[in-house]
Amino acid sequence: MKHLPMIGLALAAVFCAGQGNAEELTGTLKNIKETGAITLGYRESSIPFSYLDDNQKPIGFAMDICYKIVDAVKKELKLDKLEVKLNPVTSSTRIPLMANGTIDLECGSTTNNAERQKQIAFTNTHFLTASRFVSKKASKLNSIDDLKGKTVVSTSGSTNIKQLTEANAARNLAVNIIAAKDHGEAFLMVETDRAVAFVMDDILLSSFIAGSKEPDAYVISKEAFSKPEPYGIMLRKDDPAFKKVVDGATAALYQTGEGQKLYDKWFMEKIAPKGLNLNAPISPELKSEFAHPTDSPDPDFYKAM
Amino acid sequence: MNYHWNWRIFWEPAPSGTGTYLDMLLSGLVLTIETAICAWIIALVLGSVVGVLRTLPSKAASWVSFAYVEFFRNMPLLVQLFLWFFVLPEIVPHSWGLWLKQLHNAPFYTSAIGIGLFMSARVAEQLRAGIGSLPRGQKLAGTALGLTTAQTYRYVLLPMAFRIIMPPLTSEFLSTIKNTSVAITIGLVELTAEARSMQEFSFQVFEAFTAATLLYLLINIVVVTAMRLLERGLAVPGYISGK
Repeated sequence: MKHLPMIGLALAAVFCAGQGNAEELTGTLKNIKETGAITLGYRESSIPFSYLDDNQKPIGFAMDICYKIVDAVKKELKLDKLEVKLNPVTSSTRIPLMANGTIDLECGSTTNNAERQKQIAFTNTHFLTASRFVSKKASKLNSIDDLKGKTVVSTSGSTNIKQLTEANAARNLAVNIIAAKDHGEAFLMVETDRAVAFVMDDILLSSFIAGSKEPDAYVISKEAFSKPEPYGIMLRKDDPAFKKVVDGATAALYQTGEGQKLYDKWFMEKIAPKGLNLNAPISPELKSEFAHPTDSPDPDFYKAM
Repeated sequence: MNYHWNWRIFWEPAPSGTGTYLDMLLSGLVLTIETAICAWIIALVLGSVVGVLRTLPSKAASWVSFAYVEFFRNMPLLVQLFLWFFVLPEIVPHSWGLWLKQLHNAPFYTSAIGIGLFMSARVAEQLRAGIGSLPRGQKLAGTALGLTTAQTYRYVLLPMAFRIIMPPLTSEFLSTIKNTSVAITIGLVELTAEARSMQEFSFQVFEAFTAATLLYLLINIVVVTAMRLLERGLAVPGYISGK
């Protein structure tokens, strides 16, 4: 009779296996289960969402969220061990790498909009940011209208350059718009006076200012080009089982107040590697989104809550 | 692969508000062609001058041209464009620097000149090789006829040398066209930049870059065909490529 517990265990195993079969894992979850590994895509310089610290290890707000998702996946699949692989992505490689299965989650600062949702899916929004401009205090630019006739830079292919182009046409500003290859170069153009202002997501502007040689020389405009737009962690489209796990994990994180704690860690305290402090308190919109997590791409949706 | 193909994306309106995505790519194509042509003219003119200098008997001329060629061909094009665009305005007097920075279309001028200079070093080397490949007797014959050095080059050496280097010059022209894509780093919104921004807006990466590839292929085929025709038209009967 001393084999009884063993038989019980065996039965339990059979039962569990049966349950697993009944649900039949598909897509990403199946893949993760088979390989025992999940791959996170990270950005190299998207401070403080996803960037490399001085040991070349990716860290950041979005990375922390992704690690919570990994824990949830591990629990969902009842795995003892889940290997986490890290893969760097850029704005040009994130889609192909996601589509061909190299990465399972993209942890960064990717804007969630309706057009992009035709190609991939996003989990619950982890940040809201509006498009503003940074300029040198010395150039005394207070509002968007002050940009009239000046040279303004933004990053090519960003939603920001689109908003700048629209504002330029709508307000008849005759701004000379230059498109930089990436954010770093765009900021460099303002630093070297190639352009008077750089239009970008305000949070990224804060991180550039904080990391610049003279943080006091720059100012971010009060006036915004857009309503706050959502950032989301990207996953493959048409994979409802995986999305459900990811959505569940992020919702639980935000609703328990742990999300707020993580937020404070990255936006209100000194962060590696240079000890910058972004000092960006949570916005009321994001606070209410944390209470009712959503993956809506519509900026108006966040206003209304 | 979990990818949502959408080849009709080219006919959808682009969010930049200037027409469809196809229009966006075509405007990039136009800028690519303009930049490439300007750069090629600069490369051909300067390259010819420097190439001739390299073959002159004068020590000074050959030193100057040697330094020029090595300076421009030993530095990556990307670095050169960066130097012209970001560093040059900082080292010239302040008022000049400011003028340079506020120049409209600065990325266009910088890249046309920068790529032109880079390619001119390569054209110079081709021309030097072309002149070097001519039998020594041609130069001597020119001198024996009482032609000055300039006349010898103009009427004897260069007409043949240019015919000889036509095929490698075609490759250099193609490189010039492809090198314009480096100008994306200084904010020139040419074909590659438009393809990149198309993929950022629509997330249709493969469609965007396939279209860009085909467009590059198309211009290069046109150039290759035109250069072939030119080569055939200029061929001297009984000499190298002539029949």
